[in-house]
Amino acid sequence: METEGTYDVQAIRAQFPILSRKVKGKDLVYLDNAATAQKPLAVIDALVHYYSHYNANIHRGLHTLADEATAAYEASRTAVKDFVGASSPDEIIFTKGTTDSINLVAHSWGKSFLQEGDEIIITSLEHHANIVPWQMIAAEKKAILRVIPIDDNGILDMEAFKAMLGPKTKFVSVIHVSNALGIINPVEEIIRLAHEQHAVVLVDGAQSSVHLDIDVQTLGCDFYVFSGHKIYGPTGVGVLYGRRDLLESMPPYQGGGEMIKEVRFEYTTYNELPFKFEAGTPNIADVIALKAGIDFINSIGKPAIRKHEEMLLEYATAQLKDISGLRIIGDVKNKVSVISFIIDGVHPQDLAILLDNQGVAVRTGHHCAQPLMHRLGIVGTTRASFAAYNTLEEIDVLTQALNKSLKMLL
Amino acid sequence: MNNPKTIKNIEQDLIDDFSLFETWEEKYEYLIDLGKKLAPLDPAFKTEDRKIKGCQSSVWIHSYTKDGLVHFEGDSDAIIVRGLVGLMIMVLNGQPSKEIVGAPLEFINTIGLSSHLAQTRSNGLRAMIKQMKMDAGVLG
Repeated sequence: METEGTYDVQAIRAQFPILSRKVKGKDLVYLDNAATAQKPLAVIDALVHYYSHYNANIHRGLHTLADEATAAYEASRTAVKDFVGASSPDEIIFTKGTTDSINLVAHSWGKSFLQEGDEIIITSLEHHANIVPWQMIAAEKKAILRVIPIDDNGILDMEAFKAMLGPKTKFVSVIHVSNALGIINPVEEIIRLAHEQHAVVLVDGAQSSVHLDIDVQTLGCDFYVFSGHKIYGPTGVGVLYGRRDLLESMPPYQGGGEMIKEVRFEYTTYNELPFKFEAGTPNIADVIALKAGIDFINSIGKPAIRKHEEMLLEYATAQLKDISGLRIIGDVKNKVSVISFIIDGVHPQDLAILLDNQGVAVRTGHHCAQPLMHRLGIVGTTRASFAAYNTLEEIDVLTQALNKSLKMLL
Repeated sequence: MNNPKTIKNIEQDLIDDFSLFETWEEKYEYLIDLGKKLAPLDPAFKTEDRKIKGCQSSVWIHSYTKDGLVHFEGDSDAIIVRGLVGLMIMVLNGQPSKEIVGAPLEFINTIGLSSHLAQTRSNGLRAMIKQMKMDAGVLG
């Protein structure tokens, strides 16, 4: 096993109970991390500990359990604030996930500020979660959805973007890192150019939050959204970072408990940030356990994880390129540890079934990015994505399993 | 021509065949081989509205009657699924409509296909069977 300087991958693996299980009699090789990351014991323990020791509804109760639960919930908000470099915890809204965060912005911001003929710009690389909410609000407001084109490698056509920008541009919503291909988009430049036109910018950080150093103030984005389960946290919790003045100018998304200041039958006044956008009893347990996921990342450090993942990516890329008929989609320099590929004459589904029988978990299909697949002229890809706990040996297993599958199929 | 064997008979033959396979490789090699041997479906029947949804690959089933019995042809863009299409055709082809509609098709569990194919993919298989039974019901 490799030990990269002080990077002890075995010690990291030991924190993930699931990694010691077998699949169909083989050691699990989990390479579907871009879909969801596995959970360290600390995250699982945080969930169990909350329900075993201090389960209570938060913010309103005056008893000890409510105090403890509220403190843990708000500690998680502060951890998220630090994780993305926001200036205040008030700018961190807990949601169900990336999709929920984008829907919140599209509906709340869009309802108040979009007008007929206004333009919203997205990219050809978007996940459906950053397409459909904008289509919905655009249809309602008679606004226009425009799409930045890409070249055959998945690189954004920035000249086309510049030509698209104008006084009609009101919102730009871009995927930071392509979930399907792993490509890192030049969001800093996109934000700068969009801001020159006074457009608001949302960065979909579902794939970037776990790999890249995120500082929303340096980036200068107006919104940054991501999901807890992709950063080693639980499912069902996500984050919306929003600039305070924007969040304050936006109406609540949902009405109910928590988000109110005063309710009469004649009128309601709304709570302050961030509670204005957190109607109802939130997902307390998962929010609290999200902090354990962030703590896990911080305990190693993103730069160290990134260095390890880059080594895995480089090794896997070289290995896979040796396979005859295999073509990497989005084979560019600036990407995270994701390899999306197709093989001549092989359907991705066949590959996934045969890899699964060898204990290897990868993702196949359109990756919830059908317009991208359509643009690239393919039905889907096979995607291997690497995390902090993956090893070079696992990539050898992937390569051997791929070769064996191809021998069976061709 | 009437298939001299009942659905139940053919299911039993398949259970016997599959019981000889000792490894997952043999089972899948059999399906892949079946997929490769399946006669291609006339492109005229491979239309968007005839496509069966339910999995990552596309499946088409063309059904017709001959001498009062229901016949099937089919195709898929994925080879293992094509093998499954071939397997289902092997079991249901040339049988009376009533028999097809009422067949419990328990062999699928017995030969371990439901456990070997993950849920989403066996849903594709389920969608395929549903379509064949529906066609048989309409044609009968």
